[in-house]
Amino acid sequence: MVSAVFHPPTPAASPEAARAHLAAAVPSVPSVTTPSVDGPSGYDWNGLLMSVLPPLLGLLLLVLIWSLVSMATAGSIPTPLETAQQAISIFSDPFYRKGPNDQGVGWNVLASLQRVALGFGLAALVGIPAGFVIGRFEFMSRMFNPLISLMRPVSPLAWLPIGLLVFKGAHPAAIWTIFICSIWPMIINTAVGVQRVPQDYMNVARVLNLSEWKIVTRILFPSVLPYMLTGVRLAVGTAWLVIVAAEMLTGGVGIGFWVWDEWNNLNVKNIIIAIFVIGIVGLLLEFALIKIASAFTYEEVKS
Amino acid sequence: MSTASLNAKFIEIEGVAQTFKTKKGNFPALRDIHLTVAKGEFVALIGHSGCGKSTLLNLIAGLTMPTQGHLLCANREIAGPGPERAVVFQNHSLLPWLTCFENVYLGVERVFGAASKSTGAASENKAQLMARTDAALALVGLSAAAQKRPGEISGGMKQRVGIARALAMEPKVLLMDEPFGALDALTRAKLQDELLDIVARTQSTVVMVTHDVDEAVLLSDKIVMLTNGPAATIGEVLQVALPRPRRRVALAESADYQRYRKAVIDFLYTRQAHVEKTA
Repeated sequence: MVSAVFHPPTPAASPEAARAHLAAAVPSVPSVTTPSVDGPSGYDWNGLLMSVLPPLLGLLLLVLIWSLVSMATAGSIPTPLETAQQAISIFSDPFYRKGPNDQGVGWNVLASLQRVALGFGLAALVGIPAGFVIGRFEFMSRMFNPLISLMRPVSPLAWLPIGLLVFKGAHPAAIWTIFICSIWPMIINTAVGVQRVPQDYMNVARVLNLSEWKIVTRILFPSVLPYMLTGVRLAVGTAWLVIVAAEMLTGGVGIGFWVWDEWNNLNVKNIIIAIFVIGIVGLLLEFALIKIASAFTYEEVKS
Repeated sequence: MSTASLNAKFIEIEGVAQTFKTKKGNFPALRDIHLTVAKGEFVALIGHSGCGKSTLLNLIAGLTMPTQGHLLCANREIAGPGPERAVVFQNHSLLPWLTCFENVYLGVERVFGAASKSTGAASENKAQLMARTDAALALVGLSAAAQKRPGEISGGMKQRVGIARALAMEPKVLLMDEPFGALDALTRAKLQDELLDIVARTQSTVVMVTHDVDEAVLLSDKIVMLTNGPAATIGEVLQVALPRPRRRVALAESADYQRYRKAVIDFLYTRQAHVEKTA
């Protein structure tokens, strides 16, 4: 039942999972079928090859296409080698400060992460309790469902001007945008989780005559947790997508602003580096949240 | 009312009917149910699927309220579920995030951890509560698995934890909803034998829903056979006078056992033979 909402690792993360799986599963096979051939020191080269070769080929394909594009555009898109050299010089000094609009990539990433953390944290503070209330009371769910359905498809960036107007500053407006985009998945997933608490568990609670506190801490919260964490994961993913765009509009320090700034400088190498940085940070966030979620997901009761 | 008559009518079901409101209109599940269960008696409810066996059990548990009629337990109206009528659920319904010990402890803590107004018993301390939990798990032979989560043990073991959870609350009545239905035949036989032992030791009053004729004859003092739904009612009540302790192997050759078995099969497959047409 959880799997209906708790998505398996997204395509971005699944190669890792698959590789880990292969690496774990394959070495045991020869030791069972042909224990005497390789001997105890025999290393499973085949398994290593399968776990390393395909991803390497994938990367190679990317570099190849990139080089071709670079050649076709007569160098206006820099070659992978030039970009790598530039990356080395950037990452050798990620934390420098030469004025408000010229700071190291490290500061930019941290500034973006801070905005995401603030906006997302506020959204969790509001969204998770709201999800519990909407899931628990049908009246509330009927009352808020139309509102959520109306607001959710709106691009969070459409809220940016409202934020600028109300908060009178670029920084709080960006946080406001993150808040708006990350609150919906958390409300919806928490509410669905509460609605899907198995009736059997509630019957157990009634037969054991558990107190409200015990029902919440021992039954409701643990069974909602996997759904809630899915909401958190979706919210963080969206927030990281949106912050880049929001910062392009608001300026200041941040990875999104950095991309826009480098575009104004016509420094395409840095833009490409920024794309990689954004991708890797997003991947790490996703990976961390999947780890947390799987630690709190228990086997469902099957009849 | 004297103690003797109270014991003979420990659970009283008088003219109970249950109608469910569905989108297609009212669905009459049960009608005109009259039944008494004596203290210490083992009663099996048997019938084809969909005949309302579980509905009747839920009514005794207090999980649902009857549309008509009354249910009394120990001379008091059943107004809702409670630990004095413990339920062993069909799918065990253990909380997967708690260990077996914690699952049992949850009920023990609620029943014995707070001072009881009705019996005047003082609340027990944590060591006593833990001792009760250990004892219940030992009763079903699961002391070794106490610290495991339900996901880590077999289906038979889960069902035993469910029984331990129910028994640990020292209920007046043990209600079992097809407790062994999801188990394989060998595990089921083993748990039936264990249940016979446990019930003999604890002198529990048991109402059990089953669709297994052998299980009903082996375990019960009284088999209540329900007619086919909708609007099912009690078709026949069979007193099983086989002496206890009962042993499965010896009973297989007993003529009495075969006679009881035949009577139930006759009811189920000859008189109530039609298979339900709507799911």
